[in-house]
Amino acid sequence: MLWKTTDYTAWGRVHTARGDVARPERARTLATIMEEAPAPAFGFRRSYGDTPLNDGGRAIDMTRMDKVLAFDPDTGVVEVEAGLRLGELLRLFAPRGWMPRVMPGTGFATVGGAIANDVHGKNHHVDGSFGEHVLSVTLFSGGKRVTVSPARLKTLFRATVGGIGQTGVILSAKLQLKPCPGTAMRVTERRLDDWDDQIDALEASSAPYAVSWIDAQARGARMGRGILEEADLSEARLPSRERPKSVPLTMGLFSNGLFARTFNEGYLRRVPEAGRTGDKPMEDFFFPLDKIHGVTKLYGKAGFHQFQCVVPPEATDALRDMMGRIARSGLASPLVVLKRMGAGRAGMLSFPMAGYTLAVDFPNRARATRLIATLEEMVAEAGGRLYLAKDSLAGGDMIKGMYPEWTDWAAEAAKADPEGALITDMVRRLELRSVA
Amino acid sequence: MTETWIILGATSSMARAFARAVAERGATVLLAGRDMDELKGAAVDLEARGAARALALRFDARDPATFGPIIDRAAEEEGMINAAVFVGSMPAQADVDGDPGLIDGTVVDSFAGPARFLHMLAPVIEARAGGTVVGVGSVAGDRGRYSNYVYGSAKAGFHTYLAGLRNRLTRSGGHVVTVKPGFVDTAMTWGIEGMFLVADPADVARDILKAVEKKRNVIYTPFFWRWIMTIIRLVPEPIFKKLSF
Repeated sequence: MLWKTTDYTAWGRVHTARGDVARPERARTLATIMEEAPAPAFGFRRSYGDTPLNDGGRAIDMTRMDKVLAFDPDTGVVEVEAGLRLGELLRLFAPRGWMPRVMPGTGFATVGGAIANDVHGKNHHVDGSFGEHVLSVTLFSGGKRVTVSPARLKTLFRATVGGIGQTGVILSAKLQLKPCPGTAMRVTERRLDDWDDQIDALEASSAPYAVSWIDAQARGARMGRGILEEADLSEARLPSRERPKSVPLTMGLFSNGLFARTFNEGYLRRVPEAGRTGDKPMEDFFFPLDKIHGVTKLYGKAGFHQFQCVVPPEATDALRDMMGRIARSGLASPLVVLKRMGAGRAGMLSFPMAGYTLAVDFPNRARATRLIATLEEMVAEAGGRLYLAKDSLAGGDMIKGMYPEWTDWAAEAAKADPEGALITDMVRRLELRSVA
Repeated sequence: MTETWIILGATSSMARAFARAVAERGATVLLAGRDMDELKGAAVDLEARGAARALALRFDARDPATFGPIIDRAAEEEGMINAAVFVGSMPAQADVDGDPGLIDGTVVDSFAGPARFLHMLAPVIEARAGGTVVGVGSVAGDRGRYSNYVYGSAKAGFHTYLAGLRNRLTRSGGHVVTVKPGFVDTAMTWGIEGMFLVADPADVARDILKAVEKKRNVIYTPFFWRWIMTIIRLVPEPIFKKLSF
């Protein structure tokens, strides 16, 4: 059957949708769908909120459209269908000396999703966003196939990268891969004592990959303590060693303060006081949580929110205030990440800006959503921005205020999709497009 | 060691996953099916994934004239010639009840066509004193059931053929693996009601490859279907004939 009526959700499991979903495996099937009844597309639904949802409407699951269309081993240019996972791209080409230049925290993100959210990785301050290494995108837009690039149909390209699927369904993309001498990363970890230590360390770091973990349960003088992880490509060839583990039950461990405090203490002590350096398989470094299938079950049945913001470099005080509130609330899960961001962004609605980005998971509870609302106000005031790939709570006016090119983007989306056939739950919630 | 795999019905979800698995081992892959555009795209994909070579060839189970050229092309390759058969068609039982003529096509797609192809290939495998045939049957072939017995009986015929072929090829060093998948998450089963314990095609492909390496005779995939089907086969006919699943 082409269409299956089903319930589906995204990574945070707070928003849900019910509707008809098609999962084409052949280019021709997908083309027929787009000609007859265009619908928004999604991949493995690793964004957190409602970006991939279309409640009451139709949607296209792109995960079986995952062919490699061309690969040049001399230049590292690869063309792939949109449903290919970045983890698969890494697995296939790293042993041959080429890796995706930008990878988010999960290898389940698809190429189409990485473009539509203009994702970033641990090397953003050096290599920029995913979209900056996209040579061209072929999408089904406005009833036909079009290929856009930074040179050709530039405006449509900039509205598509980071454009949460509103300019067309991405069919394939040509990417510039990055040379890699091995399949491992040389990783140095060291403990950081408090917030100021974090900012100083990230500021001073010259490593191409740098990210910090924060113990969001630590308060007072130890507020902001954590582990700095710096890495560079290694020549070692290490296969990913572990078999994935599964979380057997839905249990709210990550929503439990005592668990989080205990876990964080142990996690911090994993790294010896003097720090440590060693080689890690690339998969383990880039996608640590992919090893635990169903990790979000640890948030319990109600799901969770990820708050991720970026603030300009001069607003680190505001960020410290936010971290202070988060720490005092005791609500944060152990998954908290701070990193320095460069200015690199490729689309009108791209998230990155030069500064610092903080990501924190919260259980879906009233007290947490109130805290997130406060944090969002603080981000707006600091001249920062919230990440659409993570958001499930913000208001439309706030988001529009954070994205200065929103009007241009909405105009381009309206041109590409005048009927509003590609509108998703997020676009409706935030009123990002005026077509009904 | 050079190996060549003929993949019959290469556009199916399971075949695609299996072809990728052998491509990553550096095999030469001959993709055989009806949708030439799709097969050509798949061939490029397989070469990018590590296949020594991948070619698209026309195969139609209902057109035996397409069989010979594939076998001739395979015979040009050195080393072991292997074949994996993923063809078959499963019209809804209700449609067959309305049009019994559908039975002919189902039997040709799922049994007679592939059997004739393998019979033409068998001398090549014998001449090279090795090579593996993977025949994908179905748990539906283990017992005739109310809801699916036309497809089931075609697959049962194919199972019996594979058993005989195994007996024959063993004498010259060849091998036949009979694969009986349970419910697999494919384009064919997408949206069908009443599916449970649905397996990912990539996992099925991994099971098949392991069975090829270990020279297993008959496998169920996922493995627990062996137990489920053992129970289903043990239900006495006087009771079974009253069940309607």
